[in-house]
Amino acid sequence: GKTALLPQRTALLMGSFVFAVMNDIITTMFNKKFMEELFKPQELYSKKALRTVYDRLAHASIMRLNQASMDKLYDLMTMAFKYQVLLCPRSKDILLVTFNHLDAIKDFIRDSPNILNQVDETFRQLIDMYSCLSAGEFQLIRQTLLIFFQDMHIRVSIFLKDKVQNSNGRFVLPISGPVPWGTEVPGLIRMFNCNGDEVKRVEFTNGGSYISPQREGSFDLYGDRVLKLGTNMYSVSRPVETHMSGASKNLASHTKENAAPNPLAKEELNFLARLMGGLEIKKPNGSEPGFRLNLFTTDEEEEYAALTRPEELSYKVINIQATQDQWQNEELARIMGEFEVTDQPSQSTSKGDDLLAMMDEL
Amino acid sequence: PAAPPHRAGWSPRSPCPASAGCVPVTQATPTPSRAVMSSPCDARALTTRCAVAMAAGDTGYRKERSVPLKSSSSALYNNLSVLPLRDKQLTYFAAVHGSTVSLASASADGLSVSHRQLQAKEGGLAVSASIVTQASWCVLPSRVLLVLTSQKGIQMYESDGSIMVYWHALDVLEPPPAQAVFARGIAAASGRFICVGTSSGLVLVFDIPSKGTNITLSEVLEEHRDSITDIASEVGENPDGDADLVTADDSGALCVWRSKEEFSLLTKISAFGWTCSSVKLWNGVIAAGYGNGQIRLYEAMSGALRATVSAHARWIYALDLAPLTGKLLSGAEDSYVQIWKLSRSPDTGDIEIEHCHSECVTDTQLCGARFCDPEGNAFAATGYDLSEIVRYGQV
Repeated sequence: GKTALLPQRTALLMGSFVFAVMNDIITTMFNKKFMEELFKPQELYSKKALRTVYDRLAHASIMRLNQASMDKLYDLMTMAFKYQVLLCPRSKDILLVTFNHLDAIKDFIRDSPNILNQVDETFRQLIDMYSCLSAGEFQLIRQTLLIFFQDMHIRVSIFLKDKVQNSNGRFVLPISGPVPWGTEVPGLIRMFNCNGDEVKRVEFTNGGSYISPQREGSFDLYGDRVLKLGTNMYSVSRPVETHMSGASKNLASHTKENAAPNPLAKEELNFLARLMGGLEIKKPNGSEPGFRLNLFTTDEEEEYAALTRPEELSYKVINIQATQDQWQNEELARIMGEFEVTDQPSQSTSKGDDLLAMMDEL
Repeated sequence: PAAPPHRAGWSPRSPCPASAGCVPVTQATPTPSRAVMSSPCDARALTTRCAVAMAAGDTGYRKERSVPLKSSSSALYNNLSVLPLRDKQLTYFAAVHGSTVSLASASADGLSVSHRQLQAKEGGLAVSASIVTQASWCVLPSRVLLVLTSQKGIQMYESDGSIMVYWHALDVLEPPPAQAVFARGIAAASGRFICVGTSSGLVLVFDIPSKGTNITLSEVLEEHRDSITDIASEVGENPDGDADLVTADDSGALCVWRSKEEFSLLTKISAFGWTCSSVKLWNGVIAAGYGNGQIRLYEAMSGALRATVSAHARWIYALDLAPLTGKLLSGAEDSYVQIWKLSRSPDTGDIEIEHCHSECVTDTQLCGARFCDPEGNAFAATGYDLSEIVRYGQV
């Protein structure tokens, strides 16, 4: 039964909870089959598809989130990633951002060698696949990602506080600081004669105040990335808030995607099915001690947020089970069935039991 | 409210003419992210600290009324096309967002704007999954066509976007390749062709009749090995020869062509490690903008490098040239439009470039910029996530 928890026990519980959640989510995400599917060359999937995958990942542990908190978490994730992609000084830096993400993930699970291996394996695959791309190819990837994030201007507290986002939701683009590696500080014109000899040199003021970059970040498995984008935003404890009001004035294109009733293209459904198959999610039942995470200050606030979320900003999640009935394709059904749970991480369930036992002892 | 006009006697170092609460900041004390701006502040930005400092020798432009767009612009190279219609006192603008092209037709004062949106199509059917990569007007002696390039193919419309006159599908490859497939790079050539590039490095040459829909693919140029980024035809007169077309690709390589009679390759300019995203050709001079923020000028006939400019702190997305004056503009992800002047020294014949003006579009990564007239008295720009076209006119 429920017992009052002393503060010390609460902290210990929270620590265990966070550890369990991290372990489960990271293990699920870096699952071999899931990663295999992700690495296949394909079109960028739709917002609905991404949200579905995100939902599943977020529920890969004993953590539970209500709709409103889930929306908030997703908003935060997309705006943070949009910020990182937009502000990359070089197009190739989007890979460094991903490496920063992985470095942080590895730090969370540094005491679990099995999961660490999985993450390192993914890291190596990323290096293999992306290191040889040209700046132009990276820019095409970046441009495609930016189309995905277009018209999203949700305000994020931590960004507003740090003055990296304006009150209208648009990011601040600095016109000072180091230029990207490989770019010269603007301000010099050099002119050559027909023999290739430099004959004239003129300086001009370009308007910004730029300086030379210090050094290049490392693209190896281990190394100083130099770039700060993609590192833990919350390394100093901060509030987690996002703001809906006045979020997006131009909703034309955004509304269009959400309002369109057309189902996902067949290829996308197939891809999603294979992805879902790689994510084995435990369904909550009566005996399992799930913990519900609320990203708002109170339960009432969370309920209110769910009720008042603007229609155009609501995310529609695909119910894979429901659409499965529509598939005639036996092959797909077989693939779905094939993803049996072989390596169920038992830590979290037993940890849950440990926690319950501990609570009962109080 | 519109940006306020210049007060008579206003000079670069005087306080903000808008009197909107902005505080002038000297160049010595820039705020962290709002550093030096080179134009009067927009009166709507009441909380902006407005630093009014201009480059020496500045030929002033002032901000004019923006033209709104029905959808924001995407981060794509050369993502603004402008068609001035002098006789109608209208200007057409086109910018791309996802699978849509936003067309806006604005009166001279910018007060009256009408809109139209075009969709990427496959044949006659709208295809929402197909991203448009570029939209550009091609001016031929007898007609003007609006050309759209996308992942599926090439669409050509009458200049107002009202009727589609031609559709060309890109080859569908089975199995689908790991590389992206799309068309990109649009230019009219020799007064009778429209050239369009592809992601595989091909340049498709379409023969355009003076009217009607009997457009045919007449030639395919196969010199590039990387995706075409931009194509430009000679907008002046080449004093040295008959180079009249330049094609640029993702690796930064440039090809120079003669297009009279048959297309023939005159010279190839090697890449130096950075994408050439935008290219222009004027009086035998190639101006090329690169991903490292550099502008380079080359002699078209020989391919010789004649100037390098460390112009921008980020990737250049657009170049444009005003043929009657030799003014060049560059727009980049660093939020700046820079205006330059090209010329040839009468003594030495050397190609020269000088800097004229800087314009910062605050917190915007520019993706398109064009002059609005052949003299270069006015220019327009748009940026990623921006739902308007900002305009500037010469003082």
